[in-house]
Amino acid sequence: MKSSAGLHFKTYLLIFLMVVFGPLGNVLLGKGMKRIGAVSIGTPTEAINVLSHVLRSGTIWLGIGSLIVFFVANMLVLSWADYSYVQPASSVAYAMSALLAHFLLREVVTPLRWMGVLLICLGVLVVGHTPPRTTEPG
Amino acid sequence: MLVFILYLLVIGAGTGGELCVSRAMKSVGEVKDFSPVAVVAVIIRALRVPWMWVGLGLMGTAFFSLLAVLSRQNVSVVVPVTALSYGVGAVGGKFFLGEQVTPRRWAGVLLVCIGVAVVIIGRR
Repeated sequence: MKSSAGLHFKTYLLIFLMVVFGPLGNVLLGKGMKRIGAVSIGTPTEAINVLSHVLRSGTIWLGIGSLIVFFVANMLVLSWADYSYVQPASSVAYAMSALLAHFLLREVVTPLRWMGVLLICLGVLVVGHTPPRTTEPG
Repeated sequence: MLVFILYLLVIGAGTGGELCVSRAMKSVGEVKDFSPVAVVAVIIRALRVPWMWVGLGLMGTAFFSLLAVLSRQNVSVVVPVTALSYGVGAVGGKFFLGEQVTPRRWAGVLLVCIGVAVVIIGRR
């Protein structure tokens, strides 16, 4: 059925955007904040000082932009797809984080962690074989 | 006891918030036009749905509860516990949103739950 194929395609596409931009945003925010260093915001002057550093960091703006893309994609996909489908499917983000850590940041990913990634992918595969929408269009 | 309440907020409010956002988006209706103007229009329409604001409020509560938990317990303990969200999400999808969570979907959710916990335990 053509409409069902279309529904699958746009669901996968938006979940793909969520899985890429969610972890990317977190990594960028983490990098940006590490560069600023440990913050103390005891007094209003300190708080303003930290905020001005944060707002001048290109990395942090990229991170915020990525997280906005993530959230909008999440909103859009939920306009038709089941939450109990989208939530487990978007957990591929954990696998993405492990791959990013291994190939981009050259971090050591323990065998146990790879096993967890494998379990997540299996789970997503199983959920992915259920129809994305089980409620009537409103 | 406080930590238990905080966990309850992280998992309950976090997943509850997403369920409310989902409910709001279902009432906005299926998005079919993905041009930037249409997407902005959808976002504005979504912000007029009260469930959206309930959801954002709950997600904010969950975020600050997470920060509070992280200041008391190790990340390697906290994050595996949050894998429970996937179970709560499936229950919420069934009862709050009326979705059909089939045995197959339950099995997948369970695998994801275990997988997320193992990923976090395997972190060093």
